[in-house]
Amino acid sequence: MINIEIDGKQIETDNGSTVIEAAHKAGIAIPHFCYHKKLSIAANCRMCLVQVEKAPKPLPACATPVTEGMKIFTHSDQAVKAQKGVMEFLLVNHPLDCPICDQGGECMLQDMSVGYGAGHSRYHEEKRVVLGKDIGPLVSAEEMSRCISCTRCVRFGQEVGGQMELGQAFRGEHAEIISFVSSTVDSELSGNMIDLCPVGALTSKPFRYKARSWELSRRRSVSAHDSLGSSLAVHTKNNQVLRVLPIENEAINECWLSDKDRFAYEGLNTPDRLTKPMIKQDGKWLEVEWQVALEYAANALRHIANGAGAEQLGALTTGGSTLEEMYLLQKLVRGMGSDNVDFRLRQADFSADGKQQGAPWLGMAVADFSRADRLLIVGSFLRKDHPLLAARIRQAVKKGLQVSVIHSVDDDLLMPVAHKTVVAPNALVSTLAQLAQAVTAKQTEGMAGSLVSGERVAVMLGNFAQQHPQAAQLHTLAQQIASATKGKLGFLGEAANSVGGYLAQAKPSATGLNASSMLSNPRKAYVLLNVEPELDCANPQQALAAMQGADTVIALTAYKHKALDYADVLLPIAPFTETSGTFVSAEGRVQSFKGAVKPLGEARPAWKVLRVLGNLLKVEGFEFDTSEAVRDEVLKGVDVASNLNNTLAGVEVQATSAASGMQRVSEVPIYATDAIVRRSAPLQATADASTPQVWMHSEELNNIGVKSGMNVKVMQGSGSVKLACHADDKLPKGVVRVAAGHPATAALGAMFGEITVERA
Amino acid sequence: MLSQQVTTLIDKELKKYPANQRQSAVMAALRFVQDEKSWIATDDMVDIANYLGMQQMAVYEVATFYHMYNLKPMGKHTLTVCTNLSCTLCGSGDSVAYLEKKLGIKMGEVTADGKFGLREGECMGACIDAPLLTLNNKKMCGKLTNEKIDKILADLDGGKA
Repeated sequence: MINIEIDGKQIETDNGSTVIEAAHKAGIAIPHFCYHKKLSIAANCRMCLVQVEKAPKPLPACATPVTEGMKIFTHSDQAVKAQKGVMEFLLVNHPLDCPICDQGGECMLQDMSVGYGAGHSRYHEEKRVVLGKDIGPLVSAEEMSRCISCTRCVRFGQEVGGQMELGQAFRGEHAEIISFVSSTVDSELSGNMIDLCPVGALTSKPFRYKARSWELSRRRSVSAHDSLGSSLAVHTKNNQVLRVLPIENEAINECWLSDKDRFAYEGLNTPDRLTKPMIKQDGKWLEVEWQVALEYAANALRHIANGAGAEQLGALTTGGSTLEEMYLLQKLVRGMGSDNVDFRLRQADFSADGKQQGAPWLGMAVADFSRADRLLIVGSFLRKDHPLLAARIRQAVKKGLQVSVIHSVDDDLLMPVAHKTVVAPNALVSTLAQLAQAVTAKQTEGMAGSLVSGERVAVMLGNFAQQHPQAAQLHTLAQQIASATKGKLGFLGEAANSVGGYLAQAKPSATGLNASSMLSNPRKAYVLLNVEPELDCANPQQALAAMQGADTVIALTAYKHKALDYADVLLPIAPFTETSGTFVSAEGRVQSFKGAVKPLGEARPAWKVLRVLGNLLKVEGFEFDTSEAVRDEVLKGVDVASNLNNTLAGVEVQATSAASGMQRVSEVPIYATDAIVRRSAPLQATADASTPQVWMHSEELNNIGVKSGMNVKVMQGSGSVKLACHADDKLPKGVVRVAAGHPATAALGAMFGEITVERA
Repeated sequence: MLSQQVTTLIDKELKKYPANQRQSAVMAALRFVQDEKSWIATDDMVDIANYLGMQQMAVYEVATFYHMYNLKPMGKHTLTVCTNLSCTLCGSGDSVAYLEKKLGIKMGEVTADGKFGLREGECMGACIDAPLLTLNNKKMCGKLTNEKIDKILADLDGGKA
């Protein structure tokens, strides 16, 4: 610690910090544009010039390290003159178009200009013009004349996003921010550039011209689209969600937000929103009053339970439902005498059920990734499944974290990977078993050596590993590796409330059927909560067949989807922005939120719908007035942390049998994970949301006589689809990569297993 | 694709820098490509980025920053005439006018046969020889007169340069 003086104030600060950091820590504002605490120092805007005693001229506070006894003046004549001068230069080429600029009202340049600039400009010549660019559906770069060349967006791409999609081309007066040969910005974190841009050069394309910042109400909420639990603010006007911005939370999302969380809101008020309860009579859908629909649903359920038996009743939900919704769903089903309830729709292996000591979770705090020194990631499309976690790991790698990857594809993680093994899915178990052996034997070479030499090791199982047909064995092996390295074992987690689903007991106990067996042994009646079976289930073919074969399907849904074909009742429920609820994130953080707007039309929060259904069916214990009361029933007096436990015992690891034929590898594309993002038009216009294609090793393509770019026929189970086919020589042989969870591939079967590809 | 000659030259250049600093060779790599093709296409930048393990945009930044990289075809021989103060005072305006008339092209253009490209240059630091031009950024020709320009062009046409 050293002592400095800023504006006469004595300050003790860390040796090695910069003047601007010390000032901000002491609550002294220094104007700046290019400086950002999460980015490298560029010192190119010169706005933070301050006077330093004994220095012959003003120094940039962002790039000047503090020294013992340094005396800094931020308001002296010299400093003010410098700030005024810089401000005048910055405004020389900046258009005076604040009234029509989207940034107006929340613009750093506007604010600084008022605070530090002059009332008028001495510059009367022509201003430079920079043509707008189209860099994709999310970020608008229409008004690049407004750019003040701070390069925050460029540095964000390089340092946080991991790919330099924007750069500053040309120089001097001709310098402009540009993407390489008019390509689009495809980073899954690109929206953060909008927040970083201190002027109105990069703005949100979907939000453009929708509202002024002072017209918006802000409601604190929680990310509903991945397991991280990012803190976010939902901005609303006239009872409509107009944008979503991050709330700084160093322990979770720092100051960032993934594009999925930021732009998913565009899927909230789409034309296919279900706004009135509907029942099907004589093959026709009728809009009815709530009372009618609820009684109809209750009668249908009672009829099945009394006639065919309660075990003919199955309830499915997804990890994106709130804790309250899941809890009431399972309470309803159990109250009727059935134990068939599950939220793990994409899971294929349930052999760990009953053998695991608690809810599978991250095994450590999100922030601990920044301190880990070894990380093994098994079966994860990390960048797409967990964009912000990937960004955090990327930063940790710069500080010495060694990342090892075992997976069935070799996607670029945009970070240095120390060791990686890419094998077909049916070889994952044996590969991990070898690693477990090597780690136990304290091998010093390769991946095992890296893990053994670590002090703070983490072993993470991704969504792919969790959805794998031998997930329990992978889990057991990962546990061996973690214990041999004294590391943490964790699950990255699929959805916002995957941990909460366990706490809400939304899974079968000993006697019930799990998500998979409920569909392979079709039930007579299903209750669907937030589910689109052909997109959300591990085996869409099977799921759809089970729905079509059922006598009664009651769908609680925010959207009119394919359930129109097979359901009998559609009950309009509110998405997360319109209901209160609780998500338990992967790290076990319990986060409750309130609705940001009123439910659309006659939609109602699902917990209320379930409560009324419970009352109508005369199930005990459905007297809740608030969602908080439901949450308290689940969590009051419960130590959440003690319920989280990844320890698994009693699963035998078998030497894997050689599988026949080509094996399917499937990811759920980043913008296909839940009902809301699937309907967000801007997200669906990104490169990440393009129609799934088939990827195979070029030798495998040769074997079937197909060239890259041609259409192929992909067959699995009883279905087939035609898709374009491409070579990816980084894939292992014997593997066909084709995405799941997408309408274009919904006719196919399970996410894993044999698949056939032939010339179309 | 980068030619064998270019990659050989880049490999030689890379020896000057630490193994984990391959991007240090980017300026040289761009130069080698331009020497070979007389200009640098964006495809070449992609190739250089892949070869040096850099981001494509980073190569593009460097290529656009420096005036002497030709980002469009500039003919077999690029004549860069200095138009800064000393040269202008010594009559580079006349040289430019003569060149434009003789070649039938304007500043920044290429002759129809693709032989000559004409562009404006900044001070070469050799004002004593003003007015001057450089040939393909390599050879400097000073104290320009119309006769001297005729000779330069004739020599180039004859393939002697």
